Amino acid sequence: MAIQKSDSHILSVLVNNRFGVLARVAGLFSGRNFNIDSLSVAETDDPEVSHMTIVTHGEAQIIEQIEKQLNRLIDVIKVRDLTAEHHVERELALVKVDCDTSERAEILQIVDIFRAKTVDVTPTNLTIEVTGDEGKIRALLDMLHPYGIKQIVKTGKIAIIRGEIRTRNG
Amino acid sequence: MRGAKILVESLKRAEVKYIFGVQGGAAMPIFDDLYDAEGLKLIPMRHEQGAAHAADGYARATGKVGVTLATSGPGATNLVTGIATAHMDSIPMVAITGQVPTYLMGNDAFQECDILGITRPICKHSYLIKSSDEVADVVAEAFHVAATGKPGPVVIDFAKDAQIQESAFYYPESVNIRSYNPTVVGHPGQIKKAMDLINRAEKPMIYAGGGVTLANAHEELRHFTSKTGIPITVTLMGLGAFPETDPLAMRMPGMHGSCCANYAFSDADLVIAIGARFDDRVTGNLERFSQKSKKIHIDIDPSCIGKNVTVDIPIVGDAKNILRDMNKLAQPAQIEPWMQQIREWQEKYPFEYRQNGDRVMPQYVIEQVYDLFPDAVVTADVGQHQMWAAQYFKYTEHRQWLNSGGLGTMGFSLPATIGAQLGRPDKTLVNINGDGSFIMNIQELVPAVTMKLPLKIFIINNMYLGMVRQWQEMFFQKRYSAVDYHDNPDFAKLAEGFGATGIRVERPEEVRPALEQAQKIEDGPVVIDFIVDEEENVFPMVPSGAGLDEVIRGLA
Repeated sequence: MAIQKSDSHILSVLVNNRFGVLARVAGLFSGRNFNIDSLSVAETDDPEVSHMTIVTHGEAQIIEQIEKQLNRLIDVIKVRDLTAEHHVERELALVKVDCDTSERAEILQIVDIFRAKTVDVTPTNLTIEVTGDEGKIRALLDMLHPYGIKQIVKTGKIAIIRGEIRTRNG
Repeated sequence: MRGAKILVESLKRAEVKYIFGVQGGAAMPIFDDLYDAEGLKLIPMRHEQGAAHAADGYARATGKVGVTLATSGPGATNLVTGIATAHMDSIPMVAITGQVPTYLMGNDAFQECDILGITRPICKHSYLIKSSDEVADVVAEAFHVAATGKPGPVVIDFAKDAQIQESAFYYPESVNIRSYNPTVVGHPGQIKKAMDLINRAEKPMIYAGGGVTLANAHEELRHFTSKTGIPITVTLMGLGAFPETDPLAMRMPGMHGSCCANYAFSDADLVIAIGARFDDRVTGNLERFSQKSKKIHIDIDPSCIGKNVTVDIPIVGDAKNILRDMNKLAQPAQIEPWMQQIREWQEKYPFEYRQNGDRVMPQYVIEQVYDLFPDAVVTADVGQHQMWAAQYFKYTEHRQWLNSGGLGTMGFSLPATIGAQLGRPDKTLVNINGDGSFIMNIQELVPAVTMKLPLKIFIINNMYLGMVRQWQEMFFQKRYSAVDYHDNPDFAKLAEGFGATGIRVERPEEVRPALEQAQKIEDGPVVIDFIVDEEENVFPMVPSGAGLDEVIRGLA
């Protein structure tokens, strides 16, 4: 699993919920040689507006350019770098682990410690759902690794500012 | 009213006078509704690239939004270079493409292509119209986006079934886009800080670019310059924003700019950048660029500021507004020692060339053109002739010089001249072209002849792709790979074949009489093929990757 880069930034981007917006944002990153580490997007409570959480990395000057270039897109309403602000970040992972009956109890204990959930079970494997920040998910995966991880599916990171909401969804 | 008709009516409401287009299947209803449209003239071009450049030339010459129209698939892809050209130079343009009907989209239908996908990185914004209900709103928004903030091309892809679908016509009175609010007024605190810095500077210089022209801020710039007495260099994109004949003019900066402007950058303690973007062709090696100066950067596009150089005082906004505010605080600069230095450079290092035997020197042609057509609007293509046209013609008027500076599109200028002439019927249009670039869109002589446009087309013909040949001579051991154009056709005869006047000039003494003859032709285009010294180079030159202070003057 990728270790979070020291120059990693989480950008919260509000966009018009319109045809082609995701392509515009993704194309901006590839066309200008910026990095996307993860991107997640969903509609907000206002159906005309979507929220994107983009995790990227780069020197301060690059991040500044990314923000400015995003702002140039006609469909971008607001860009905010959450990295330096108090925020909560989460991602969700679904993990399928090899597991016969003899190991099941041990694994369920680990699941319990991490406050994860078992969402599917068969005689030979177990599927676990875990939510948390990057560190927690990595720690769980480290614990599960010896049993044999068959598949991992993760959402990108989503993040929100702590406390008062100064701008909606900001 | 059907969608196509709504489009035409909306374009009229957007005050469009000309549409430059090429017919085709998926745009037929639109062309049909343009057929008898009043107050809106369709200009059929011979290639979609030509149509796009013509719309672009119209926009550059007038400041209004240029409009081009093509069909789906190949018609649309042929627009691509024209759209990218406008994008790089921030030219307001609306490009309309027909698209296959919505029920065929995505099926690899005949002449289908995802033009919005293709153009996404080379336009300011784009729209897909799938219903005639959307047409008027999209057109109003597209014109608003194209013309405001940092201008640029907007693409409208219009599905054919929506073109014939009926809707009520209602054109919006105003446009309000929640996510698009360009900053136009400069921050007063920043302006104050900038003026304090300017008033304290001992070696200040103004570096003005195409943004001054786009903002129509030429009067304010002239006012600022005359009030402060600060010397000024105007970039290739900005030529005409300030009279090159003025004693404060240091002429163009950069790779083929004047030594004076380049030395000034290296010595200045303050650079006032106005609507210029510190392009690599201007700065040379960034690590050696203007190390001693503080920088004030005025631009409407925040992403331009701090992109290439570190800026001390950024001011985001419209150059016209900001200069107007700055002019209120401007005072004469006390910089006499600096001005003495500038004058010394100006006198010591003018643009100059050496006569080679009895050859026609390209610079001599431009000098003669300037002498006979000083008030003309000049379009240039891309290459050596473009640089000579920038060096040896002294531009004095706003929007007098039109060229593809950012993308450097060969083939740009002939169609752009057509658009510019339609936009400025009061002006003489001089097109300075190269033998390589002329032939890239030569087919557009057809509409120029048909419309009897009195274009003065001057080919600086050195039988080479000259700028590349110059680089090969200097950096590739004269290995002239793919630049030998001695198989050029006889352009004068070719012009005659198109129905234009064609003149061939091979000797220096023929230059002026030929130009005088061209001056008198009013009923159609004239093409003069100037056979010039083949291996003349453009100097001064800052080699790629070198610092501005390492300029090769050329006449050692």
